[in-house]
This record gives sequence, C-alpha cells and structure tokens, in this order.
Amino acid sequence: MPSGISPSDFYYLLPEILLTAGALLVLVADVLLPRGNRLLNGLTLAVLGITLASLALFTGTDREIANGLIAVDSFALFFKLIVLIAAVLTVLMSDRYLRVEGASPGEYYFLILCSTLGMMIMAGGIDLITSFVGLETMAVSFYILAGFIKPNQQSNEAAVKYFLLGAFSLGILLYGMSFLYGLSGTTNLRVMATMFVGQEGDPLLVLAVILVVAGLGFKIAAVPFHMWAPDVYQGAPTPVTAFLSVGSKAASFAMLLRVFIEGVPSMNADWRLLFEGIAIATMTLGNVAALTQTNMKRMLAYSSIAHAGYLLIGVVAGTERGVAAMMIYLMVYTFMQLGAFTVIVMLRRADVVGDELKDLSGLNVRHPFAAFAMLLFMLSLGGIPPTAGFMGKLWLFGAAIDSGYVWLAVIGVLNSAISLYYYVRVVVFMYMRTETAASTPTTTPALNVALALAVVATLGLGMYPRQLFDLAETSARSLGVAAVVAVVQ
Amino acid sequence: MSYLSLILFTPLVGALAVLLINRQNENAIRWIANLFALAGFVISVPLWFWYNPQNPEFQFVERLPWIPSVGAEYFLGVDGFSALLIMLTTLMGSIAVLSSWNAITERVKEYYLFLLVLQTGMLGAFMALDFLLFFLFWEVMLVPMYFLIGIWGSSNRLYSAIKFFLYTLVGSVVMLLGILALYFHNYNVTGVYSFDVTQFQTLDLPFNLQWWVFLAFFLGFAIKVPMFPFHTWLPDAHTDAPTAGSVILAAVLLKMGTYGFIRFSLPILPDATHAFVPMIAVLSIIGIVYGALVALAQKDWKRLVAYSSVSHMAMVMLGMFALNPVGITGSIIQQLNHGISTGALFLLVGVVYERRHTREISEYGGLSKVMPVYAAVFLLMTMSSIGLPTLNGFIGELLILQGVFVASKVWAAVAASGIVLGAAYMLSLYQRTMFGKVENAKNEGLADLSFREFATFAPLIVLAVWIGLYPAPFLTRVETSVQRVIVRVSPEYSQTASSEGSDGQVAPSVMPTPVAVPLAAAAE
Repeated sequence: MPSGISPSDFYYLLPEILLTAGALLVLVADVLLPRGNRLLNGLTLAVLGITLASLALFTGTDREIANGLIAVDSFALFFKLIVLIAAVLTVLMSDRYLRVEGASPGEYYFLILCSTLGMMIMAGGIDLITSFVGLETMAVSFYILAGFIKPNQQSNEAAVKYFLLGAFSLGILLYGMSFLYGLSGTTNLRVMATMFVGQEGDPLLVLAVILVVAGLGFKIAAVPFHMWAPDVYQGAPTPVTAFLSVGSKAASFAMLLRVFIEGVPSMNADWRLLFEGIAIATMTLGNVAALTQTNMKRMLAYSSIAHAGYLLIGVVAGTERGVAAMMIYLMVYTFMQLGAFTVIVMLRRADVVGDELKDLSGLNVRHPFAAFAMLLFMLSLGGIPPTAGFMGKLWLFGAAIDSGYVWLAVIGVLNSAISLYYYVRVVVFMYMRTETAASTPTTTPALNVALALAVVATLGLGMYPRQLFDLAETSARSLGVAAVVAVVQ
Repeated sequence: MSYLSLILFTPLVGALAVLLINRQNENAIRWIANLFALAGFVISVPLWFWYNPQNPEFQFVERLPWIPSVGAEYFLGVDGFSALLIMLTTLMGSIAVLSSWNAITERVKEYYLFLLVLQTGMLGAFMALDFLLFFLFWEVMLVPMYFLIGIWGSSNRLYSAIKFFLYTLVGSVVMLLGILALYFHNYNVTGVYSFDVTQFQTLDLPFNLQWWVFLAFFLGFAIKVPMFPFHTWLPDAHTDAPTAGSVILAAVLLKMGTYGFIRFSLPILPDATHAFVPMIAVLSIIGIVYGALVALAQKDWKRLVAYSSVSHMAMVMLGMFALNPVGITGSIIQQLNHGISTGALFLLVGVVYERRHTREISEYGGLSKVMPVYAAVFLLMTMSSIGLPTLNGFIGELLILQGVFVASKVWAAVAASGIVLGAAYMLSLYQRTMFGKVENAKNEGLADLSFREFATFAPLIVLAVWIGLYPAPFLTRVETSVQRVIVRVSPEYSQTASSEGSDGQVAPSVMPTPVAVPLAAAAE
C-alpha cells in the first residue's frame, strides 16, 4: 500500500479545496472590506456556487483516495449536494438576519463555510479518523455560530449548552471508536468490516456499537440524546438553527450510514434492534412534545427530532431501498425545513422577534406568498401530497414494509397523522386568525429567492420526483449495502 | 391533450385564472370561477355519449410514465361507474360554485381557488387507475376542504375542520400502508414494480394478506363514507361547512369511500370481502337505523340532513355487501341519487340560511306561503330522498332491497325499517318548516327563489325525475362496472350472466386488461 497522498488525490478533493480557499478568502475580504456586508454575502454565495458546480466533475466516480481515508462516490456526492444546497439557502437568509441583529458578517460566513467543509468530509469519510475530523470541524463551527449573537442571552445559553453536551457526546463517540479500532486494528471502515465477520458475539464489539450509536444519536438528535435540541434551536440565530437542523443532520446521517453499513455490517442485527427502538421513541416523543409548543423554532426543533425518527426507519430497513429513501427524504427535508425557517427570518424585524406562533397570525393578509409558502412547507413536513414530503415518507415507510418492519411503518404513519395537528395549527394562525399583531414581514431579493427555491423544490419534487428518485437509487447503490444483505442471508 | 386530462385540469386552469385576478375585483373572480366550473361540466357531458357501455374495458385510457424507477404511472381511465361519478362531480361542482355568488363575501378569491382545486382533486381520484396517483388526488382533496370549512364555516368551524382533517387523514395513511403492501406483493409475484390497479385486480392474494389489506383499506374508505362508528366527523363538518362545502361533501366526497370499496377493496380482495361481510352488514344496519333515529331528534336543519346522509350511505354499503349484481347496481345508482337529493337538500338549507342566518328548525314554519317555489322544490327533493316511486330514490332503494333480500331476509327487513324512519324524519322536517301559519314575523317577508338559485336546482330536479322514470341508460352504463366486481367477488353470478356467450364459463372478456381500446379514439 503506497503511503502518502498522490497528486491525483488533489483533483478528487477539488470541491473541498475550493471551499477551503473560499472560506479563507471570505476571512481576508472581511478585513479588507470593512462594512462590506452585502459583498461578503455575495462572495460566500459565489464560493458555494463554484463548489456546487465542481461536484459535476465527479458524477459517476467511485474511488478511494488519500490512502483509503476518503471515498469519492455517488453516495458522498449526493450528501455533498444536500449540504451545499442547505448552505446556499442558509446564506441567502442570513444577510437580512445579520443586519437586523447587527452582527459582524465576516466570521459568520467563514464559520458557515467551515461547517459545510466538515459536513462534506463526513459524507466522504470512510476512515474513523477522517469522519471524526469532519465531525469536529462541523461541530466546533456550530458551537461558535450558536452563540453568535453576543448580546443575546438565549443565544449564549444555546452555545454553552450545545458545547458542553456536544463535547460529552463526542467523548462517548470517540470511546466507541477506540473500541472498534482496538478490536479490528484498523480505522478504515471497509477493512474493519472484513475483520468483524464472525465476531458477532463479542461483548466488547456490542459495547462499541452501543457507544457509537449513542455518540451519533446525539448529532442527529435522536431520543434519548435529544435534550439539547429544543433549547439550542430556540436560542441560536435563526439561520444557524436552520442550517444545524438540516446540514448537520444530513451529514451525521451520512456518517452514521458509513460507519454502520460499511464499517460494522456484520453487527446489523444489534444495531438494527437499537435503531428500531430509538426510531419509535424518537418519532413519538418528538411529535408529542411538538404538540404543545407555541414557539415556532422550538416546535420545528421537536419536529426535526421526529424527522430523525422517520429517517432512522431507513437505517433499520438496512436495504438499498431504505438508504435511497433516506437520501430522498433528506433532500426533500432540506427544502421544506429551510423554507419554513426562511419565513421565520422574514418575520424578524428590529422590534419583533417573530418566532412565536402568534406572530404568524393573519400572515395570509399581510403577505400571501409567504403564507402560501409556509402552508406548503407545513403540509410537506406533515407528508401530504402533492408536496415532496409525501414522496419522501412514502418511500421510507415503503422500505420498512419491504423489509418486513410493518409495525414500524404503522407507527410511522400514525405519527405523521399526529404531527399534522401541530403543522395545521400553524396554518390556522396564518389563514384563520385575522388579528395581525406583528408587522408586515420583510422581503429582500435574497429572501425571496430562497423562498421561491424552496417552494419550487417542495412542489416540483412532490409532483415529479423522477430525477431525484433515480439519483438517490444510484447513489445508494454505491454504499456497500450489499454487505449487510449478504450477512443477513 | 387527451379527453380525461382535459376534464381533470379544466378546474385547475380556472384556479390559476382566479389566482391572477386582483383580489379587489370580486365580481370578475366570481364570473371566471363560474365560467370554468360550467365549462368543466360542459366538457364532461360528451362522456355520456362517447362512453361505450358494451365495452368491458376501461375507456379513454391515458398512460404516461410518471416515476419510472418505482413503476408509478400517470394512468387514467373510466368505466361506467366512474364516468357517472365524474359527471356528478362536474355538475355538483358547477352548482356549488354558482350557489356561492351571494353567500361568500369575504376572501372571495381564496374561496373560489380552493373550490376549484378541490374539484380537480375529486375528478382525479375517480379517474386514476394508478394506485399512487389515486392516493395523491385523494389527499389533495383534504386541504381545500379543510380550508372551506375552517375559513368560511359557521360558529364552530375550527373544531369541525380539524376533526374532519385528522379523521380522514388517519384513515388514509393506514390505507397507504395497504397500498404499499399490495405493491410489494405484486413485485414479489410478477417481478415488476407497478401501482396498476387493473393489474392488482388480477392477483390471487393469500388470504392473510387480503385480510390485513382489507382492514387498512376499510379504515380509509369507511371513515370517508362514513360508516358507523366512524361517522362522528360528518355532522360537525356538514353543519359548520358553508353551503357549497356541504353540497360537495355530501354529493361527491362521501362517494369516495363507496367508490374505493367498489373499485379497490372488492375486486382486489375478494376473499377478505366475504370474510368481512358480517361485520360490514352489522355496521351498515346500525348505521341505517341509528342515523335515522338521530335525524329524528335533530333541532338543527342541517344536522338533520347530515344524519340522514349517515343513514343513506349505510344503505349504500349494505346493498354493496349483498355481493350480488342487483345489490351492487342498486348501491351504485343510490350513490348517484344520494348525491342529487342530499346535495339539493343542503342547497335548500343554504337558501334559507342566507336569508335568515339560522338553521334552527323551530325558527321556521309556514314557509310554503311566502316561498311557494322553494316549497315545491323542497317537496320534490324530500320525496326523492325518502324514495317515492317515479323519483330517483325509489329505483336505488328498490334495487338495494332486492339484492339484500337475496343475501339475507333479516337484513332486508331492518333496512326497510330505515326507509320508514327516513320518511318520518323528512316529512316531519317538511311539516315543521313549510306548513302551518307563518308564526315568526321574520319569515314574513322572505323572498322566494331567485333565478340564479332556481338554476342551481333545475338540473337536479331533471335528474331526479329522469332516473325515477327511465333509469335504463344509467343501469346499462354501470353494467360492466358491476361485472368487474362480480367476476372477482361472486363468480357464480357472473356465470349465469354470461351463460349465453360462453357455455357457463367466466367470460374472459369481462376481465379487465391494462390496455383498453377506448372509444375515445373516435372522439379525438
């Protein structure tokens, strides 16, 4: 095995390199262009756009680079696409928000790009070390971003809470990883998989799996590792919350799939059982807790916990169909969740926080398009056709039935029925209450673009999901799901 | 564009047109909405003439790939049953739009928008032969109806709207699991991913699977019908919905449930159907009697009509689950009748509600003196609802009782008592509101039906008399639809039916095949 990195590896790392260079450029530009708020926003968008475009070079590529540290395959590509789209939408809604809050944009955009970089590495990492470095890059950026609005006490509280609990969970994850390394003698997930064949009964391996599940469970905010989510989501700056709930979740799911399906497929009986229990608890608790929330950000936090539960159904199914369904759902979720947050950002004005449910009262009168968009996102989150959320849920539950987890699907659909109660309540406030307590929502071109993108995707992917389905299916195939299936049989 | 798609999307185009008009310009919105609703009906009329009752296949078939990787298709087609329901939908849709002219004065633009989108949803559900597409349209109906009740409804609208929404939603998501179970089973058997309903109708499913899938479908469809004990959303939704909402709900939305049973549950799951007959018969009989008794006790005009719906739809279900050709034919005809007469009864409540803003029966009395034309229309529709010979209700009830009698004499006896009770509550309603002296001073100056209002009733009167006197064209149109069900559920009947043609064997021609040669070719 050749040691070191070959020159061609740099080519395959092009998106990551572009993003890093762009992030540094933003940092420099911030010093050189004082008060260049809008310019920095544009620059960040350009960096993300170029990175997004560079992904096109690697369609169909399937290889390991950097000595087996990183994989460049369709699976990674799909997740990179998701996190970059999420980053673009987040940056689009950030400009307005930062100006209202009076926060300095330079470090903010730098950190957004850094966390995106971390997510991209998580998507490609097939080595515990790489994955962990990616995870840390993302997490540390988010610790700072969560507390970015310095004068705001809630924001500070969110940051401290996220940091303390996050550090703790990373410790657990690392502990689990050290077991995996100790038992297999390698950190490469694909090599590790071959070492563990026939070791299913090893109690230490079971312990390692449990620890890794706990560590990653924290990142995806699965019950019982979800405690941080509502407070952090509510306290963090709204665009950060949005990015945290989508980008961080998608990347963590990518890592989770890599670790369990590529790294320890032989233990699938154990981790499937664990995830089955966690999925049921997560869906149910998330939805039930969301029922009573009156703060939109907090409600979306619980709803995002519930969505982690739905997504775990795909992991439990453990099939190619399950993985593809998760990928479809994460893509769809990106648009609907970020769309909903865009509306909340629109409601933020100097004198109005705008994230309470009552701030949405009569939105239909004040801003019909924002209200219609929010209606779509709520229906989509609840899984009502013809929105994209329906297609996503359909294939998640379909995957469960296909793998014989019918009860999981039943619990899933009943949960989505429960969830509609609180999603529809938002609609009631927007359309059926006429008192308009808060002021007119702001619209800037960037916010409008973000909203329009989310609306078009939510409707378009709901009515004509053909391309997305094809893409997800090919991408899921490049993950070594076959190994799980082979072990099962 | 093909014919069914044209019918399907006309209301949607109307909705887009309404969207483009300035919301201040309310009359323009009204005109455009009426125009498109009427156009929707006019476009659907040729369906009556172009549909070939002799052809046992689905007609006017359109088939395009939709999501090829999972085998979902844009697959439309109709048989006699769905063709009639489609025409009922376009007719009731245009009537509902027309009836709203003066009733809706707030947020006019959104109102017509939702009404037209709802129309497309309903039409799509009756046309779709791809199960996923069907489910899509089925759910699309939910949101506009929710808004219609929740925004333009009366006092308790928010409660009624969310109750309607969640009730139907729980049913339909469980139904979705049933669809997925069929989908994967079909793949395991044939190796092809497909949601093709006509393909599902040829599968011989293991009983266990049939049983569970039937249960899942039952929950979805029975809540929509609604069958006792899932009916509790209906009186609330009906009472609080605006007039047009009640009309659509009664005339078309409830038919979704019975349509679902006849199109999907019975032919796809014949063995489970037989297994569930006792349960459904008992629930239907309870529904018939209970609905009628509760209707007798109502003080609210609209609630009375709502409970009469529960009773009548239970009769439809009982006829269907007699599982013989006569019963199923009666069930289908009675669905149309229920749409016509109950739709008209809700319109009638709407007319007086618009004038007096109360639905209390005791507030009225002696209206026949001040509103003679209104009283005449009401009388005709009351008679149609209780099944007086020469009117439509009689034909449906006669066929249903005939079919039920063959299946069980006890059921028939109880069902007949439902008809007697039906006459009791409808006639007492008529007596309390129309006859006697005008005791309430507020009723003295009430205006009789305007020309616009009469126009909403005229087609329903014509239909009620037509089906009552000469039902043959309707019966011939549903023949093949009934055969499609019978061939799967009760093949013994289909043998006698086709004995002339093929010496006692099940006629292969009545088995549906995916590719029909539609008469539409001539129409295009």
